[in-house]
This record gives sequence, structure tokens and C-alpha cells, in this order.
Amino acid sequence: MESSEIDKIINQYGGKESVILAILQDIQAKEKYLPKEALEHIGEQLHIPLSKIYRIATFFRAFSLMPRGRHEIVVCLGTACHVRGGQRIIDQFTMELGIRSGETTPDRNFTLETVNCLGVCAAGPVVAIDGQYFGKMSPIKVEETIKKFRQDKSDKKEGLNGKN
Amino acid sequence: MGRISTPQELERFRDEILKGRDPNQPCITVCTGTGCHASGCHQVVDAFKKVLQNYSGGNGINFRVTGCHGFCERGPLVVIHPKKILYQRVKPEDASTIFEETLLKGKILEPLLYEHPTTGMKITHEEEVPFYQKQMRIIFGNNGNIDPAQIEDYLAVGGYRALCKALFSMTPEKIIREVKKANLRGRGGGGFPAGVKWETCKNAPDDIKYVICNADEGDPGAYMDRSLLEGNPHSVLEGMIIGAYAIGAHEGYVYVRNEYPLAVVNIGIAIEQAKELGLLGENILGSGFDFDIKISRGGGAFVCGESTALMASLEGNVGEPRAKHIHTVISGLWDHPSNLNNVETWANVPVIIDRGADWYTQIGTEGSKGTKIFSLVGKVNNTGLVEVPMGITLREIVYDIGGGIPGGKKFKAVQTGGPSGGCIPDSLIDLPVDFDRLTEVGSMMGSGGMIVMDESTCMVDLAKYFMNFLKDESCGKCTSCREGTKRMHEILTEIAEGRGTMDHLDLLEELGWVTAEASLCALGGTAPNPVLSTIRYFREEYQEHIINKRCPAKVCRALLQYRILSDVCTMCGRCAKVCPEKAITGKRKTKKEAGEPFQINTGKCIKCGMCFEACKFEAVEVQ
Repeated sequence: MESSEIDKIINQYGGKESVILAILQDIQAKEKYLPKEALEHIGEQLHIPLSKIYRIATFFRAFSLMPRGRHEIVVCLGTACHVRGGQRIIDQFTMELGIRSGETTPDRNFTLETVNCLGVCAAGPVVAIDGQYFGKMSPIKVEETIKKFRQDKSDKKEGLNGKN
Repeated sequence: MGRISTPQELERFRDEILKGRDPNQPCITVCTGTGCHASGCHQVVDAFKKVLQNYSGGNGINFRVTGCHGFCERGPLVVIHPKKILYQRVKPEDASTIFEETLLKGKILEPLLYEHPTTGMKITHEEEVPFYQKQMRIIFGNNGNIDPAQIEDYLAVGGYRALCKALFSMTPEKIIREVKKANLRGRGGGGFPAGVKWETCKNAPDDIKYVICNADEGDPGAYMDRSLLEGNPHSVLEGMIIGAYAIGAHEGYVYVRNEYPLAVVNIGIAIEQAKELGLLGENILGSGFDFDIKISRGGGAFVCGESTALMASLEGNVGEPRAKHIHTVISGLWDHPSNLNNVETWANVPVIIDRGADWYTQIGTEGSKGTKIFSLVGKVNNTGLVEVPMGITLREIVYDIGGGIPGGKKFKAVQTGGPSGGCIPDSLIDLPVDFDRLTEVGSMMGSGGMIVMDESTCMVDLAKYFMNFLKDESCGKCTSCREGTKRMHEILTEIAEGRGTMDHLDLLEELGWVTAEASLCALGGTAPNPVLSTIRYFREEYQEHIINKRCPAKVCRALLQYRILSDVCTMCGRCAKVCPEKAITGKRKTKKEAGEPFQINTGKCIKCGMCFEACKFEAVEVQ
């Protein structure tokens, strides 16, 4: 990320220290993670110690310090989804993709995440991929759902338990 | 329309809007709340737009995209006004048929109607559907009539009338008296009287004051605040402006949850529109009162729903709570008096001011007035958002509105109050729902999540689930909360995996007590509730896990055993195909070969349950 781009975001908020959260969110939205250089640059511009920025960046769930995959799979583990079998959905994604929650596939196509509630409780269990909601999920539907987002649309599996 | 500078001008503008709208003109409304979004409403919207584009019939047919109607289970929902014909589970290909048959010819399309679950009768109109009949939708009802991106729609249903009344015929003191008289209690969970809070903030000696809208709806299983902000953002803004005027604040914040991008967009549009019309900003409606609102996006931390943590986050710090020896209404955001209320609380304010406290207090029970929006979810037929008068029984909510439990299963409990709440068992199903009754039975109102559970929900697993949630979300400031939730989770995991002892139950109760007593904020203070309430009402289920190493609800994986019933198995081979561990062997039956029933190698089985999911003949048994 160019420092001029970061400056643009900072200036948009008037450069006050209190808007650090909003600045980090914009960078996260743009880059899908918070690059170290960006955090250092913000610190210099706003005169905030890097330690404080790092503390904020690691406190809130919205931020990642690692680069993310092209597609972000978010499995909801809210109570409504949980009682309808949400845990089995995340287990199935883990099995299909070979990664745990918070990890990214080696080809950087998918990042798997869980969330404590997406607020789509009536349709649980719910999964959101790149902001698109998939309601009434079941472990059986996981494979075909992933397929829609695979690069080559083939049956190639990243998983440890691939059936190919 | 430019800036409006008197209340009379606003009324003239409202008349103009209403004059341009014939209430008898047909209007197609499509719900685009998140529930319907998950069922594909956007394709339905596109299909209708296409159909309407190709239509050149002349006489106007209106089309409106609205926020959540509440009946999420049956989405995508389409309502045809003025008769309010409800079509449910509408698909994109239905759009042209609905248009040609219902709108042009006036014919009702039977297959798209809601079918009464017991009588099997088709129901044509929205208000006749049992899900809506027992509700009282004074806050949430306008969602279905409003395009959230059109301020004109809100004005057409009487929006900002309460603001005029507050600014031009009431003093700040009178507004506070009215809110106190209405006994409006905080809908975010605490149930603290909003009027008292406002009064303390107003009387705090400081020139700078803030009002804040808490839209950091973190309770899992609750999404009413999201739907209000997304579907009717102006009602929240109007409440905030009235509150700010009463308190004497000129700056406000809406702190929205990171997971709700559409809410951020819609409240942003609403703020812009209100400013353009002079309903927000400097000299509101020519009254001399200035008030501005900014949006702040949360960072996805549950603890930021707590007032002091939320304010810390607004200041640009990590969201850790502080001790409240001095309340935030005296010294909050940047050490100035700050009045924080939740989304639904703010949305109640215009209704109270417009219709008066005397009208408002007719609804509800002695200690809890008005209505409450619940998200009725989990193991219930009609999931969705319901707004009911306080004092309605759980039975009415679960059975009359919710339509009972799916699959003929037995009702077990209702969980209210999110991770701070508790489970209410079957024996208390006739409990009237209000702030005080729920607290008495060891749960709480919370923000309004109501998760219905049937016999296939394991209470130990549920307690473990909440403790896992809380240990992750504990900010870590207080040792009792940080360590207490972690240890409770460990013990619950031991029990769920068959290594529990009876002493564990005593230890859980002791740990729960310490966590609650020694933690600063409500997160730790209420953290043991899910554990203590499940031990209180479902002790036998814990004992079953501990003594007999059995999970009666068949949820706790370590205690389960999968088996294929050879006499039921049709030898189709689906189970073996989906088994990730290749733990299922057998031979498929074909025209040429007789086949062999499939069986599970228990040594290889990882108990993922895929075979159970895949089998269409119920040949896979769980023990």
C-alpha cells in the first residue's frame, strides 16, 4: 500500500487520534489485512506509538496482521446457528479445505473464519462467503458451496482428506 | 426539497408527499432484510425490476424495496399493497407471474401463499398469518412500509412529527418527565429506566454532553437492532435528536457493529438526508437547537457493547471497560457526561413523544411497559423477528407466534439474554415475559435473543458453547473473568467428553460465584449465568454425562457411537461416498449384484456425522 493512499485515508478523518479504529478498518477493507508498513506510517503521521496501534490491531477481531485469501469464508457460530449444528459446518469446512479457523489455504484462495453471530439467525446455520450469505447450511452442502469459489472450478482439493 | 426551517414547512412537505401517493395504488414490496438476503431476495428484486421495465401499461404500479418484515423463515417475502397479499418463498421466476396474474388481473396465486400449519388453509393477507396476529408492531411495523433510503417514506408514515412536538411544544424537562412516566427501560439488556438516565445526564454540570446509540449488537442470536437500523434508520435518528434536545447534547455517535455493513450504509444515508432537510445539523427546523451525529464502526469485540468499553473504543483506545464509581452519564466519553442507549430504546422515543406516555403505559406489565422485539430463532417453526407486548407468555411466543417445534420434537427450553442470560425450562413456559420475571428465574431480558431448544439440544454442550464464547470475548482485564471463564470452559469440556466427576459441578458453582463477584463489568458479572441456570434446571443431564457417560440429546461427540442398521440399509452407498475417513465398507446394490449392507469401522470413525446426514433412509443410528 502506497503511503499516499494511507495519507488520503488519514486526512479523510481529519487526522485525529481517536479515529485510529476507522483508519485501520479502511485499510483492512482495502488490503484485507494490516500491512506492517501501513501501521508504522500511521504511527508516524498521527504521533501514536506503534505499540498502541499494535494493541488495537490485535484486540479487535476485525483486523488481521496476516495477508488473507481471495475469498473469505465466515462460518457463523452464534447461538441460533450453534443449536442447529453450526459446529459441524465449520468442522466440514476444515476437513474440505485442510485449514482451521483463522488460517489461509497455501494457494491463498480461501481464508476460513468463524464469527460469534452474523445476525442472520433465522436462516441458521449461516455461512458468509465474500459477504454473500448462504442460509440453512448442512455439512453435505459444504463441498458444493466451496466449489462455487474455486479458481479452476475443478474438484481439486486442498484438504487432507481429499477423495481424489 | 431544500432545507426546511419551520415545523409548518415540514407539514406542508409531508402533505405534498402524501398527495402524490394514492393509498389504493398497487405497490409491490420486497423484503431485503438479511434473512431474506440469505434466501436470495436480491435476485427477486432484479426480476421484478426487469418485469416492470418491460411494462408499458401506463397506470402506475409502485415498487418498493424494504427492510426486514420479520418473518424471515419464509423469505424471500413479497407483499402486494394495498390489500397486503403475502407471497412467501418467492423465486425470481415468480416475478412475472405475480405481476401478470395478481397485479394486472387481480388473481391470487395459491402456491405462493402461506399455509396454516395445522389447518392446511391457505392464508392470503399478511395480518391473518398467525405469526403476525399476536404481535404488536409499534416499533418494527413500519419496516414493511418504508424504503430505508427514502426519507419521504418515513415522513409519509408520520416520521419526525414527534421531533416537531418535542422541539416546539415541549421543554426538555417535560420530555424527560414524559419518558420517565412511560417507564421506558433500556432495551439493550440492563433495563435501566431511560428517563432517569437522561435526567442525570442533563443535570450533570458540563457544557459538553454526548448522546450515543449503542448498535454494537453482540449477543449471538439477536438481530433486531440490525433490522431496525437497516430497515427504519430514521426512527432511531429521531429518537436520538429528541434525546439530545432533552439532555442538552449537541453531538452524538452511532456505534455500529463491524459485521453489519448494510446498517452502516443505511444509517449514513439517513443522516445525510436528515441534514439536507434541516432535521439534523445546525438550527434544526428553525428551533435554534444544533445537533450532529457521527457514525463509528466497531471492531468486532463483544465487550464493546458495555458502555465504558464502547466509549473507550470511540476515543480510539482498546475496548476495555472501567469501574463505574462515576457513571458515564456524569463522566463518560472524553470525560464529559454521555448518555448511551440501545437502538431499540431510541426507536421507542418518537412513539412515546408522539402518542404520549398515557397511551404507552397501557401496554405491558406493571414494571415493564411497551413492547419488546425478540429474535425468535433456533428450533422453532416460524423463525424471525417478533414484536410483542411485555407480559406475553413464553408459550404464546413459542407456540402461537412461533408455530411450535419442527419435526414433532419436544420443546425443551428457551435461552434468553445471550451469553449473560440463562435457560428457561419447559416447566416455566407459562411465564409472562418482562424484565423482572426473566431475572427472577435466573435469566434476563438481554437485548432480545430468544433461542428455542428442543430435545436434541444438549444443555452441557450449550453451557460449554457459551463459556467458549465468553472466554474468547473476555477482554482479559479482570483475572476473575479471564481465568474463570477459561477454567469453567475446561471443566465443561471434561464433562462433555466423558471425564467429568460430580465434584466438577460444585467447582463450577464456586467458580461461577467468584467470576461474577470479582469482575468489573457485566460480561464477567453475568458470565456464569448459562452454566448456573443449566445446572439449576437440567442437573440430571449433567449427571447423565458424568455418571453414565451418555449424552441424552446425542450432541456431545465423544460420547456418541454411529452404527448402520443392516436391516434398514438399502445398500445405496451414499454414506460410504461421503465418509471422509473411508471408515464405511460394504457393497453397493446394483441390477447385477446383490450388494452387502454397509457398516462403520468404529476404530476409524471420527464421528463427523456425514453418513447420518447423507442417509435418506434413516439407516444410520446414533447412540
